[in-house]
Amino acid sequence: MTTTAEPTTAEIGKARVRKEDERLITGRSRYTDSITPPGTVHIAVVRSTLARATINSIDKSEAEKAPGVFGVFTAADLGAEQVGLPCAWPITPDQKAPQRPVLAVGRVNFSGEGVAVVVARSAAAARDAAELVEVDYTPLDPVLDMEAAAQDGAELVHPDLGSNVSATWVFDSGAAGTGGDIGEAIRTAEADSDQVVVRRRFRQQRLIPAFMEPRSCVVDPTGEQLTIWAATQVPHILRTMTTVTLGIPESKLRVIAPDVGGGFGGKIGVLPEEMLCVLLAQKLGKPVKWTETRSECMLTAHHARDQIQDLTITAKRDGTITGLDVHLYADMGAYLGLVGPGVPILGAFMFNAIYKIPALKFTCSNVFTNKTLTDAYRGAGRPEATFGIERIMDELAVELGRDPMELREQNWISHEEFPFTTVVGLTYDTGNYEQATRRAMELFDYAGLRREQEERRKNNDPVQLGIGISTFTEMCGLAPSRVLGSLDYGAGGWEAASIRMLATGKVEVTTGASAHGQGHETAFSQIVADKLGVPFEDVEILHGDTQVAPKGLDTYGSRSLVVGGIAIVNAAEKVIEKARKIAAHLLEASEDDLEFANGQFTVKGTDKGKAIQEIAFAAFMAHDYPEGMEPSLDSDAVFDPENFSFPHGTHLAAIEVDTETGRVNLRNYVCVDDIGNVINPLIVEGQVHGGLAQGIAQALFEEANYDDQGTLVNATFVDYTLPSAADLPSFTTETVSTPSTTNPLGVKGVGEAGTIASTPAIVNGVLDAIRHLGVTEIEMPTTSQRVWRALQVAKGHSVQQTPSTTHSPGAGLGSIDPNNPKGEVQ
Amino acid sequence: MTEVRVTVDGVNYADDVEPRMLLAQYLRETLGKTGTLIGCDTSNCGACTVSLDGQSVKSCSVLAVQADGSEVTTIEGLARDGNLHPVQEAFRECHGLQCGYCTPGMIMAAVDLLGDNPDPSEQEVREGIEGNLCRCTGYQNIVRAVQTAARNMKPGAQAPAGQTAAPVAGGN
Amino acid sequence: MIPAKFDYVRPSSVEEAVSALQQAGEDAKILAGGQSLLPVLRLRLAAPSTVIDLGGIPELKRIGEDEQYVMVGAMATHHEVMRNDLINKHVELIARATETVADPQVRHRGTLGGALAHADPAGDLGAAALALDAEFVILGSGGTRLVPAAEFFQDYFTTAIGEGEILTMVRFPKYTGWKTHYEKFNRVAQAWSMVAVAVALKVEGGTISQARVGLTNMGNVPIRATGVERALVGQAAGPDVAKAAAEHATEGTSAPSDADAASDYREHLAKVLTGRAVLAAAG
Repeated sequence: MTTTAEPTTAEIGKARVRKEDERLITGRSRYTDSITPPGTVHIAVVRSTLARATINSIDKSEAEKAPGVFGVFTAADLGAEQVGLPCAWPITPDQKAPQRPVLAVGRVNFSGEGVAVVVARSAAAARDAAELVEVDYTPLDPVLDMEAAAQDGAELVHPDLGSNVSATWVFDSGAAGTGGDIGEAIRTAEADSDQVVVRRRFRQQRLIPAFMEPRSCVVDPTGEQLTIWAATQVPHILRTMTTVTLGIPESKLRVIAPDVGGGFGGKIGVLPEEMLCVLLAQKLGKPVKWTETRSECMLTAHHARDQIQDLTITAKRDGTITGLDVHLYADMGAYLGLVGPGVPILGAFMFNAIYKIPALKFTCSNVFTNKTLTDAYRGAGRPEATFGIERIMDELAVELGRDPMELREQNWISHEEFPFTTVVGLTYDTGNYEQATRRAMELFDYAGLRREQEERRKNNDPVQLGIGISTFTEMCGLAPSRVLGSLDYGAGGWEAASIRMLATGKVEVTTGASAHGQGHETAFSQIVADKLGVPFEDVEILHGDTQVAPKGLDTYGSRSLVVGGIAIVNAAEKVIEKARKIAAHLLEASEDDLEFANGQFTVKGTDKGKAIQEIAFAAFMAHDYPEGMEPSLDSDAVFDPENFSFPHGTHLAAIEVDTETGRVNLRNYVCVDDIGNVINPLIVEGQVHGGLAQGIAQALFEEANYDDQGTLVNATFVDYTLPSAADLPSFTTETVSTPSTTNPLGVKGVGEAGTIASTPAIVNGVLDAIRHLGVTEIEMPTTSQRVWRALQVAKGHSVQQTPSTTHSPGAGLGSIDPNNPKGEVQ
Repeated sequence: MTEVRVTVDGVNYADDVEPRMLLAQYLRETLGKTGTLIGCDTSNCGACTVSLDGQSVKSCSVLAVQADGSEVTTIEGLARDGNLHPVQEAFRECHGLQCGYCTPGMIMAAVDLLGDNPDPSEQEVREGIEGNLCRCTGYQNIVRAVQTAARNMKPGAQAPAGQTAAPVAGGN
Repeated sequence: MIPAKFDYVRPSSVEEAVSALQQAGEDAKILAGGQSLLPVLRLRLAAPSTVIDLGGIPELKRIGEDEQYVMVGAMATHHEVMRNDLINKHVELIARATETVADPQVRHRGTLGGALAHADPAGDLGAAALALDAEFVILGSGGTRLVPAAEFFQDYFTTAIGEGEILTMVRFPKYTGWKTHYEKFNRVAQAWSMVAVAVALKVEGGTISQARVGLTNMGNVPIRATGVERALVGQAAGPDVAKAAAEHATEGTSAPSDADAASDYREHLAKVLTGRAVLAAAG
C-alpha cells in the first residue's frame, strides 16, 4: 500500500509542462457556463441604453405573459432596494460612496446598468421576454469628462453626495518624513538656472480587460449550503462579500470557481448579477443561471485605467532628479468597484520607480462620471505609474539632451545600494538594474539600432526607427496585512495553505489562491515535490472551492506564488516536523539525529531510514506513534508577508513608423526581467508574453470610447480592437535573478510585469522615431491616424478634428443603426 | 422546430431544434459537448471553432439547421484511441495555453491550417490563426506549438509513440 | 446571445427561393454564408420573420466560364473563390481581394454573393467588382436581369437587388494576364478596411495600356477611381507615375469620418495606398 520515495531531482526551476493542460486541450473543461443543474432557470437583465436618466415607469406586463417566463423583477419586487454592492477600499475616512444597487432604483447612472431582470426556462426565452419590458425614462445630460466633473459647480452624478469627487488621497514625502518637500524642490528648480522643470500631461485611456470567458454564475439553492459557481478570480472574497451584501451567513454559502477563462483583475468584483442570482434562487427555490453576452461584458464588466496624469519633474542640469510631483484624476465611473478607489493609490508607491528621487508628492482625485465603473486590471495602478515616470524620464532626457538610458542609469539605485528605502518609504530588498539592462541592451543590439536610426534620419527614410525604453519595477505579493491596514483596505493580505498526507503517500494541497490560467497546479506541485521529496505527479493541488480550500484571499496582484506559495512552503515545513517525530519514534532515534532529504528521513551516519510516504502510512494506521502527538501529518499555514517583493526589468522596443501612413510597426521587443528565483521557466515565459501583449495593446490598439451621450461605442470585438496573432511579433524574453530576501523561495512574482513595463516602452519608441520631425506627444493608443495627425501638426499643416466617438456607415456591426437596420444582409 | 441530422465526433444525431439555435449552442446544450466554448457574439474570437465537413468554422455563426447532413468534429473528437492529436500535444509541450478558454477553437483552427499548409512559416501561422483571439499567451507559444505540430506531423517525423498524424476527418 | 425567433426555409432551387421570398414578404432575410447576418441576428439588430437559406441550392455554388466571362455563383465561398483556377487566371484581383476578407473560418462560410449583396462600404469585394465591371445576375418573379456593377451599389447596405429578388451569380469579364494588387489598410488584422485600393493593370511592353482602380470605404458605395486610371494609361509603371496618378485618387470620393479615420486622413491614405497598389501590381 505504501509507495517508496523515488529520489527526486530538483523540481524548482524545471520547465515542467503543465498538469492542467490535458483537460483543457481535449475539451474536458468545466467553465461556469457549462454547468447547468437539473431544473435551472435562466436570467436576462434589462439594461439601460441611456447613460443618465430617471426611470418613470417599468411596464413588465407583456414580458410576464411571454412563454416560459417565471417572473420579471425590479429591485423593489425583490425587496432589494436597499442592497448595495460592497466597496472594500475606502481610501479616505470621508470617501463619498454611493449605493451601488443590484438593479437601478429610480435612476440609471451608466449605459448598461440593469433595470429589471427576467427569469425564464431558457436563456433565449429570458432574452425574448427582456425585449418586451418597456422602461420609460427621462434622459438627463450625462457627466462624462472627469476633469470637468471634478470642478466646483459641475453637474453631479450623485446629487446626494454633493460632489463628483469621491476622495482625494495625498502622499507627501515631506510630511511623511520619508523624503523632501516637493514644493521646495520645484521652487528651487524654478529659481535656479542650473536646474530644469519639466511638466507633462499624460492620458491613461480607458481599457476593457476583455478576458475570453464571459462572466457567468449559477446559484443552486437545493442543498443546505447555497452553492455559487462563478467565473471569478476571488471565490473566498465573493463568499464573504455575499454575506456582507445580502446577510446570508457565510457558513451557509459555498462558492466554487471552476475553470475560469482568464481574469486579469476583471473578475475581481462582486457583481449585481451574482447577487441577483442568489436572491432569485432563494425566492424561486431553483438553480438560477446567468451568462453574459460579450456585448454585456464590454458594457458592464468593470473597465480600467482611465486617468489624467499631470506630472512635474525637477532635475539639475547634470541630470540628477530632485523631485516629482504627481497629480491624478482617476475616473471611477458611476460607482465604486470592490477595490476600484485603491487602484490609482497603488500607483502612489511606484511613481519613483527605480530612481532615487529625493522629494515626491502624489495627489489623486477619484471622480464619478456616468460611465461603467473602473477597477483592477493587470498591474492595477502600477502600469499607470510606470507609464508616467518612464514617459517623463524620456521627456527629461530630451530636455537635457541626454541619452535616455544613460539618464536613467545616473538616477537609478545602484546594485550596491540595496536594500534601499525609497522616498515613499518602501524598502526594496534586492535588485540589479545594471545587470538586467546590460543583458537587454546586448540582446537588442542597442548600439546597432541607434546607428540604423541615425541612417534613416539622415536619408529621410519614409520609415523611421525609434527605440523605446522602459526600466520598470513593481511591487508584488499583495500584501503585508499591516500595510493594507494603514491604507484602510478592507481585508488582510495573507494567504492560506493546507497539506494532507494521504494514506497511500499521495499529497493533497489546498491553496487559497484561485487559479484562472496561471498554472498554479503545476508550479505549486513543483514546490511541494521539492519540499517533501515526493514525485511531482503525486501532488494534487486543490483550489477554487470554499468547501475544499476554505480559507484564502484569492488571486490578484501577483500574489499567488509570493504569498500563496510561501504558505505552502510553511505548511510543508510543518508536515516535515510532524513526520520527523514519528520517524524518530519508528527508527528509535532522536529527532536531532535525523536528516531529511529527498523525501527520506535517515539516521545520520547509517543507512537506516524511512520515506515520508511510509511515515504518512504509519500516521494513518496509527498503530504506533509517539505519545503526546496526534496521528496526523496534515498541516495548515497562513503566511502574511512582511514586505512586498520588487521585480524589475529592462524592456526595449524597436519601433518603425511609416511616416506616410502613420502606421506603427513593432519590429522587435526585448525584455530582461529580474523576478528572483524561477519555479517554472516555461510558465514564467508565458506570463511575460501575455503581459507584454496586453501592455503593448494599450499602447497601440485598445481604447473604450464613449460618445457625447455616454454610450460606449465600441462594445463588441468588432470595434474594440484586440490584437490577434497577426498583429504582434515574437518577443525576446530572458530572466536574470537577484533572489528576493523577503520570502524563503527568493521569488518576486511575474504575473503583471510584462503589462506594467511594456506600455511606456512602446510609446517612448513611437515618439523617439518621429521626435526629430517635431512630434512631442501622441495619446494612446498610438493609432496610425493619431501618428499621421501629429506629423501633420508638426509640419504646420492644418488638420480636421477626428470624431473620436462615431462610426461611419461601413466596417461591420458598428455601422448598423439598431433602430433602422437597412438594406439586405445576406 | 426543424429536424437536423448530423454526425458529431463520430456519433450520429437527429434532433428537432429551433431554427434560431446556433450550432455552438446545439453542441453545448443539446449534445452536452461543452468542450466547445463561446466567447463573443460577432464571430471575432473564434473560441467556438469546430470542423464542419472538414473546414474550420465558427460554430456561433452557423445555425444548427445549416449543419443538417454534415459531419462535425469538435475538440472532444480530435484525440483518437486515447492518443492526443499532434496539435493538442504540441500545445501542451509548448505551453500554448493558459486559461484554456481560447484553446479548443485555437487548436481546431490550427488543425485546419496545417491541413491546408503542412509547413507554415511564422507569418503564415500568425495569419492562419488571426480569426482566434487569445488574451493570455501573447500568441508566441501558440505559434511555436503550431510549428512544432507541423514538424511532428511531417511524414516520417518522429511522432511520439502511438500518435497518428492525421488531420481531422474530411480535412481539406 | 441568441437570435430572435424566425421561420426557416431552405429551398432547393432558385425558383423555390424566389417564391419563398415573395411569400415571406418584406420581413424576410436571405441567408447566404451568414457571416454578417448571424452576428447581426445575434445582437438582435435585425429580427426577420423568415430566414431563407440558400445553402441547399448546389447550382449557386458553381464557378464556370465561357469565352468572355468567368461566372461565379453567388454562394461560392470566399475560400473557394480565392483558390479557384479560373478566377486566379482571369480575374485575379477578385482572388487577391477575397484573401483579405476576415479570417479563414469566416472565408470558409462567407460567400461572394453574400458579401456583395451586403454592400458594406468597408467590405473588400465591392471595389474589385466595380473596377472589373462585374455584372450581377438578379432573379425575381419576372425572370432574370443583368445589372452592371456601376449600377449595383446604390447606398451603404443598399443594392439594386429589389424586393422579392435574389442575387444568383456574378459574372466578370476576363482580364487574363493583367497584373493586380489589393492594398488594404486596417487597424488590426481582424478589422474591416479603413481604406483599401484595388488595382488591375494591363502592361504591354512596359507601358500600362489599361488600368482599373477601385476604392473601398471612400464613400457610401465602392468608388471607381477613373482619374487614377486615366493618369496611368499610356505611362510606364514607375514610382513617379504611380505617385502622380495617385493624386487623383480622391476625385469623386466622399470619405466617411469616424473614430478610426476622419475624412482628411482617409483621403490621404487613399492617395498613399493607391500609389503603393499601383507599384505592387506593376512590380
